[in-house]
Amino acid sequence: MRTPEKIAEECELIALDDRLGAVTRWREETGGHAAGHLPVYTPREVIDAAGMLPVGIVGSGEMEIIRGDAYFQSYICHLPRSVVEMGLTGRLDGLDAMVFPATCDVIRNLSGMWKLLFPEKLVHYLDVPHNHDPEVGGKFYAGELRRLAHDLSKISGVEVTDDRLHAAIERRNESRRLMRKLFDLRSDSPEKVPTAELYVLMRAGFQMAQTAHDALVREYYEAALASSRPEFDNARVIVTGSFCEQPPIGLIRTLEKAGCYIVDDDLLLGAHFILDDLPLDGDPFQTLAESWFYHSRSTPSRFVPDEVKGEYLVQLTRKRNAEGVIFAAPSFCDPALLEQPMLQAALDRAGIDHTAFKYAENNGQFHPILEQAGTFTDSIKLWSEAS
Amino acid sequence: MTDKKDTKEIPKEPSMVRQKELISGYFDQLATAHEDGKKVVYTFVPGNLAELLAAFDVIPVLPEINALQSGMRKLSRDYIATAEKSGHSEDVCTYVKCDLGMMEQGIGPTGKPIPEPDMLLLSYTGCFTFMKWFELLKERFPKAEVAMLHVPYQGDGVITKEMRDYTVKQLETEVVPKLEKITGKKLDRDRLKELLQRSAQAEEDLVWTWEAAKHRPSPIDGYFGGVFYIGPIFTAFRGTQEGVDYYRLLRQEVQARIDAHQGPITPHGQLNDQRFRIVVEGPPNWTSFRDFWSMFADEGAVCVASTYTRVGGLYDQGFRHDPDHAMETMADYCLGCYTNLSLPQRTKLIAKYCEEYEADGFIAHSVKSCNSFSAGQLLMLREVEKLTGVPGGFIESDLVDPRYFSAANIKNRLESYFQMLAQRKGSGSTQAVGAML
Repeated sequence: MRTPEKIAEECELIALDDRLGAVTRWREETGGHAAGHLPVYTPREVIDAAGMLPVGIVGSGEMEIIRGDAYFQSYICHLPRSVVEMGLTGRLDGLDAMVFPATCDVIRNLSGMWKLLFPEKLVHYLDVPHNHDPEVGGKFYAGELRRLAHDLSKISGVEVTDDRLHAAIERRNESRRLMRKLFDLRSDSPEKVPTAELYVLMRAGFQMAQTAHDALVREYYEAALASSRPEFDNARVIVTGSFCEQPPIGLIRTLEKAGCYIVDDDLLLGAHFILDDLPLDGDPFQTLAESWFYHSRSTPSRFVPDEVKGEYLVQLTRKRNAEGVIFAAPSFCDPALLEQPMLQAALDRAGIDHTAFKYAENNGQFHPILEQAGTFTDSIKLWSEAS
Repeated sequence: MTDKKDTKEIPKEPSMVRQKELISGYFDQLATAHEDGKKVVYTFVPGNLAELLAAFDVIPVLPEINALQSGMRKLSRDYIATAEKSGHSEDVCTYVKCDLGMMEQGIGPTGKPIPEPDMLLLSYTGCFTFMKWFELLKERFPKAEVAMLHVPYQGDGVITKEMRDYTVKQLETEVVPKLEKITGKKLDRDRLKELLQRSAQAEEDLVWTWEAAKHRPSPIDGYFGGVFYIGPIFTAFRGTQEGVDYYRLLRQEVQARIDAHQGPITPHGQLNDQRFRIVVEGPPNWTSFRDFWSMFADEGAVCVASTYTRVGGLYDQGFRHDPDHAMETMADYCLGCYTNLSLPQRTKLIAKYCEEYEADGFIAHSVKSCNSFSAGQLLMLREVEKLTGVPGGFIESDLVDPRYFSAANIKNRLESYFQMLAQRKGSGSTQAVGAML
C-alpha cells in the first residue's frame, strides 16, 4: 500500500500542472473530447453523459502571467488573468468546450471574452436559478442544462439521453459519497488527512476521469486511515471564502504549519457543492436543477430567498466541532468579500471566533499569514482555556 | 473649444433645471412617503420596473441613485469610511458601501431622510453585485417583503423564448403578488397599459435626443450631459406625464441648438468648436464629475455616444415598451439592458456607435467598483479598434470613492490621448482617420 504522502505527491503533480498533462494523456488514450468548466459549480454529470471529460479550470498561481495582464484592469481578482494566460499560451487547446457558470460578473464577462478570443471553440454560459420555485426557476435551469447537453452533444456526437444522464448521476453520487467519507475522516482525525493533501487529491480530480479518480480517493482513504501520524494540539478551524480563485498550496500548508487543523472548507467548492445523493428516478435534468435548491452548500454566488446568512456556517462549525473560522478570500472577490460581513455577524452572534485575510493565487510570501494564523490559533487555545 | 467663462456662472440648459426640479421633488416625496401613506420599494436602476411600481402607487428608492447623488455632493467619502469601519472590504463596490454608510448615518443625499423599505425588489439585471447588495439590505430591513426577479444573462447574445417566459413567469408569480400584498390592491392592468404607453412616448423623444449627436457640431454631450438626460427615465418618471413632458422639453431644446449650430453647455461654457467626437464606455466618476467633464471639454472633445446612458434601456436599438403586452415588454426591457449584453454584443454596439456617430476616438473608463462594466473592457477596446479603426483610450478610476480618482494621472492620459488623436487627424495617414472622418 502506498502512503498517503506518496499518493498526494502524485496528485499534486496532476493538480498543479497548468498544461493539463493528465487531460492530454486521457485524450490520447481514449480519443475522447473534453470540456472545461470554470468555478464555482457546473453539474459535471451533463458533460460526463455527453461522453466528454469534465475538466475543472481554476486558474494557476504557479504560472508567470505574460499576456493575461494586458486584458484586465488593475482592480480585479487574479483568476481571469491566469485563465486567459492559459488560453493564449495553448494550455487549454485540449479542451473542445468551455462552460462558464453564473458565478460573478468577472466569470460572466470572461465567457464573452472567450467567445471573442477563441471563436472556434464552444463557449457556453450557464445561468443558474435565483428563483427557487421548482416550477419556475427549476424548469428554467433544467432547460439551461438541456441546452448545455445539446451543445456538448454536437461536439461529442453522443446524445444525452435520460438513461445516460441517470447513469452519470449515479457515478457522481458514488464520487460524492467517497468525498464525504474523506471529509468526515478529516474532521474526525485531522492529523490523518492534512488539508494540503486532501486539496491536491480533490484538485487532481478536476483533470481525471471519474473512475480513475475514485480509485485514487479510495486508495488515499485507506492509506490515511491506516496512517499513524502524530496528533498535535492544533486549533480546529473552518476555512471559507476560497470557493473560486484558489489560494496557493503554500498558503494551505502555512495555515497547517501555524497550528490549524482545517476540518472543513470551501476550497474547490464545485467538487463538494452537492451535499447528498441525488435521486435516480424521474427527469434527470429536473433532478440536477432541483439539486441547486435542495442539496447544495451555501455559497455567496447562490441566492437563497429565505436564507439566514451565516446560519449554514454556524451549523457547519458546530457539526465539525470547529473552534474558529478563517475567512480567506481572494482580493477583489466581490461575492466572498460582500458576503463576509454578514457571515462574521452570524459568527459573532454565535460566539465563534474568526479572523480574515485576503490572498491572490500567485502569492509567494506567507509569513504574514503564518503570523496571523498562528496568533489566531494561539488565541483560541490559550484564551479558551483561560476562560 | 469651449468659450471659457470661469468667472461667471454658466447658464444651465432648461432641461437640466427641470431635471433637477424633478429629482429634487422625487426626494421630497420620498422623505414623507410613509406619512403620506405611500409604500416604498427599494430596487435597482437597470431593469427597474418603474411602470409596474407606479401602477401600484409605490415609490421606488434606487440605491445607486442615492450613491451617485452622495458622490456628486462630496458625501461619499465619509459614507464609504463608515461602511469600511463596520467591516466592509476596501476591495468591493463603493456604491454598496456608500449606500450602507449613508444608511448608518440615517440621512439621504439631499439631507432629507430616506424611508425604510416596505419591499425589496431585486430586478437582478446585469450586475452580480446587486444580489449581494440586496442581501445586505435584507439583513438591515428584515421586516421588508422580498422579491427576486432573476433576469437571465444574454450569454449567447440573444433573448430566447425560455428566457422571456421565465422572466414573465416570475413577474406573474413573484413580483406582482408581492406588490399586491404590500399595497393591499390588485394590479390595475389598464393603468399599467397607460403607463407603458407614456413610457414609449418619452422613449421616442429620448432616442431622438441621442441621435441628434450625429449632427456637427453635436448639440448634446451624450455622456456627461447624457447622465442628466437619463435621470428621469432611469428613475421614478418613466410612465409619468412629467417624464413625457421632460423629454419633449429636452427635444425642443436640442432642436434649438441644432438650428443655431450650437454645441452643448459644458462646465466651461458652450462647446461649439468640437475638435474630437468621442464614444465612451463605462460609468462616469461622480465625485469629480465636473473636473472629469472639463478634461474632455477643455480639449474640445464632445461625447457623441456612451454605453452608460444605455444601462437603463437600449431604446436607440429599437426597444420600446409595448403597452399591449405588458408583462412581456417588461421582461424584454429587463433582458435587454446594456449590462445584460454579452461582451461580443457590447463590442458590436460600440463599434456601431463609432461608425454611426462618426467618432474620432473611443474611451473606456474602467471603474474599480464595477466588474460588470469593466471586466473585459481592454479586450473590447482592441476589438472595436479592429472593427472600426477608431483608436481607443483607457482610463481608470471609480464611481464614488474619491481615493481612486487621480486627477493628474487621468488628465495626463487624456491629454496624451487627445494629442495622439490630433496627430492622426493632422497627418491624415492612418487607417483610423478613414473611420474618423
